[in-house]
Amino acid sequence: MSTSASNTPTTLRSSSEPRLLEPGLERSDRIFHGLSTLTGAFVLLVTGGIGLFLGLQAIPTLRHYGLSFFTTVVWQPELDHIGIAAVLLGTLEVALVAMTLAFPLALMLALFISDYAPVKIKSYLVSAVDLMAAVPSIIYGLWGFFLLQPHAITLSRWLSQNFGWFPLFHVDTDPNAAVWQQSRYTSSVFIAGAAVSMMAIPLACAVMRAVFDQAPQGEREAAMALGGTRFGVVRTVVLPFARGGIIGGSMLALGRALGETAAVLIIISPAYEIKFRVLEAGTQTISALIAGNFGNATASQLSALMTAGFVLFLITLLVNTAAAVIIRRSRSGAGTDI
Amino acid sequence: MASTPVQPRKIRSLTADDWVSLVGAILASFALVDLLYLHVLATSGALGFVVSWFVSFMLFYAGILSFVNPRHVIVDRLVTAALYVAALIVLGALASTVVYTFAQGWRALVHLNFYTHDMSGVSPTAPLNQGGILHAIVGTVIEVGIAIAIAVPVGVATAVYMSEVGGRFARWVRTVVEAMTALPEILAGLFVYVILIVYVGLPKTGFAVSVAMAVTMVPIIARAGEVALRVVPSGLREASSALGATHWSTVRKVVLPSAKAGLATATILAVARGIGETAVALITSGASSFMTINPIQNPMNSLPLFIFTADQTHEPLAIVRAFGAASVLLAMVLVLFILTRWLSRDKGARR
Repeated sequence: MSTSASNTPTTLRSSSEPRLLEPGLERSDRIFHGLSTLTGAFVLLVTGGIGLFLGLQAIPTLRHYGLSFFTTVVWQPELDHIGIAAVLLGTLEVALVAMTLAFPLALMLALFISDYAPVKIKSYLVSAVDLMAAVPSIIYGLWGFFLLQPHAITLSRWLSQNFGWFPLFHVDTDPNAAVWQQSRYTSSVFIAGAAVSMMAIPLACAVMRAVFDQAPQGEREAAMALGGTRFGVVRTVVLPFARGGIIGGSMLALGRALGETAAVLIIISPAYEIKFRVLEAGTQTISALIAGNFGNATASQLSALMTAGFVLFLITLLVNTAAAVIIRRSRSGAGTDI
Repeated sequence: MASTPVQPRKIRSLTADDWVSLVGAILASFALVDLLYLHVLATSGALGFVVSWFVSFMLFYAGILSFVNPRHVIVDRLVTAALYVAALIVLGALASTVVYTFAQGWRALVHLNFYTHDMSGVSPTAPLNQGGILHAIVGTVIEVGIAIAIAVPVGVATAVYMSEVGGRFARWVRTVVEAMTALPEILAGLFVYVILIVYVGLPKTGFAVSVAMAVTMVPIIARAGEVALRVVPSGLREASSALGATHWSTVRKVVLPSAKAGLATATILAVARGIGETAVALITSGASSFMTINPIQNPMNSLPLFIFTADQTHEPLAIVRAFGAASVLLAMVLVLFILTRWLSRDKGARR
């Protein structure tokens, strides 16, 4: 091998010298590699820097308030009384309500698209889901507030009338009053969660659908050939295959739901209290808190807001990383294109 | 595989029996719910009616099917019906969003001045034939333009780095980029607000919005772009290398042109996300009522910000304007979306 090196026209070495197996890079390639590595490092610095930056900014606040930052319910900067207990709970509640609505719908829609829909309309359905993901969140906020809310509060009232004994569905008013207090049911966690679910559904559905489509055709046909119905195929082949994608996609959507700002800001009326009554008016989330209070914040208040932001950052990071790991480890290993 | 049948058996067709049971169950449940819900019981409300109709339909359908079918067939049919209903709910919600936005904004959209005037000197309560959202449209276009100018080179270069150069460091970059695609936009806004406006001391401007937008767009472009680059057949790269091309010219002349459509799709996806970012604009710019062309001097309004501030006034006419602006924003997203579909269809046709 090494003796034939002189045959290659590009090498200038004498035939006695063995040809280098790794001759190094051309100058243009060195520049190319250097520049692209630099860009990668820059992106790592900026995007990764956000977490670091928020973390650093959180230090003075945490030093000042200590653990009470996590246990204080109210947010009264003028009284130096600040904590994220209620806000954190509100964030989780909105996200969980959104996922309670979004998970079954996304799963069913994804199954419908992958296995049940007529082949002709399948690509249109995929487009519709992608479009749903592209609609700006503020538009879902307007939709939730002006179109959904007047209908949703009748459901809220019905739930509190019939299941009010259940703490989640209780509303602090008389649900059976002849003239019912509609304002007690508006701007609730439930309605904000419903609007946020419109953003969670397409995200979860896109991942699930991609994974369902990858379920091995041979196994599907085998299940069919054994006399299975379509649901039999889904239950025995598609769903077990896609378990990772279902969990991962839902967690990705949960991450999105946790950080949602505009729609929540439009719908909720701020309230700082620990409550689990999701149908009742008033709650607050971390992102809405930041958006609503950064404007007239002093330096220390800004630091407090950034501490809240850092907590949100950590939660979403945790959820999304877990989602990515689950999707990658599952047999399917499909991602989403958004 | 000894012989292929002349006509493949249709596995997804409904027999006459199936049709009759389906239609029968729909009619029977409608009649029952109509009678009980609207006339006998003291109940009202469209939502409750539809829900009771669905529940009684499922019961009727199961009952009718059970005359001739075994249990697993009944389950299959019920699941099918439930899936159709779920799909209808989601698609109906999407359609209602689009239709409702345009319907509510219509009163503003029919006025020409809505597109050619700004809101300077016009109070939110002024009639719709005064003022418009030109400043917000221009602001959105400028902000998105700058964000694209920042995010596309950086994002594509990162995608090239992750997919073509690789290495252990690239894995780190990929991990962080993947984590950051889901970064809540409010945090990107807060980050840029504190760095550029509080520390550096820049005023609240359209440029700050663009930077924050770019921060959220780069991970999306990088990640979707990497996927687009990875599906370029490695045979093309190897052929290029075998012809003696350097790595750089392989990337520039073979890989990037082959992935053009995918990269464009990635960009448009990111733009569609960036264009609707309200929280970012809310934090890093002010909702000016006048036209701002200069992105680095005065607060610049944008469509999402205009929608939000108009909604917060709780004035009926301002809300009509908000819906009008939302329709324009939605139309922009729709155009971008159709562009994406068209590009990816082009790619599919060439294969």
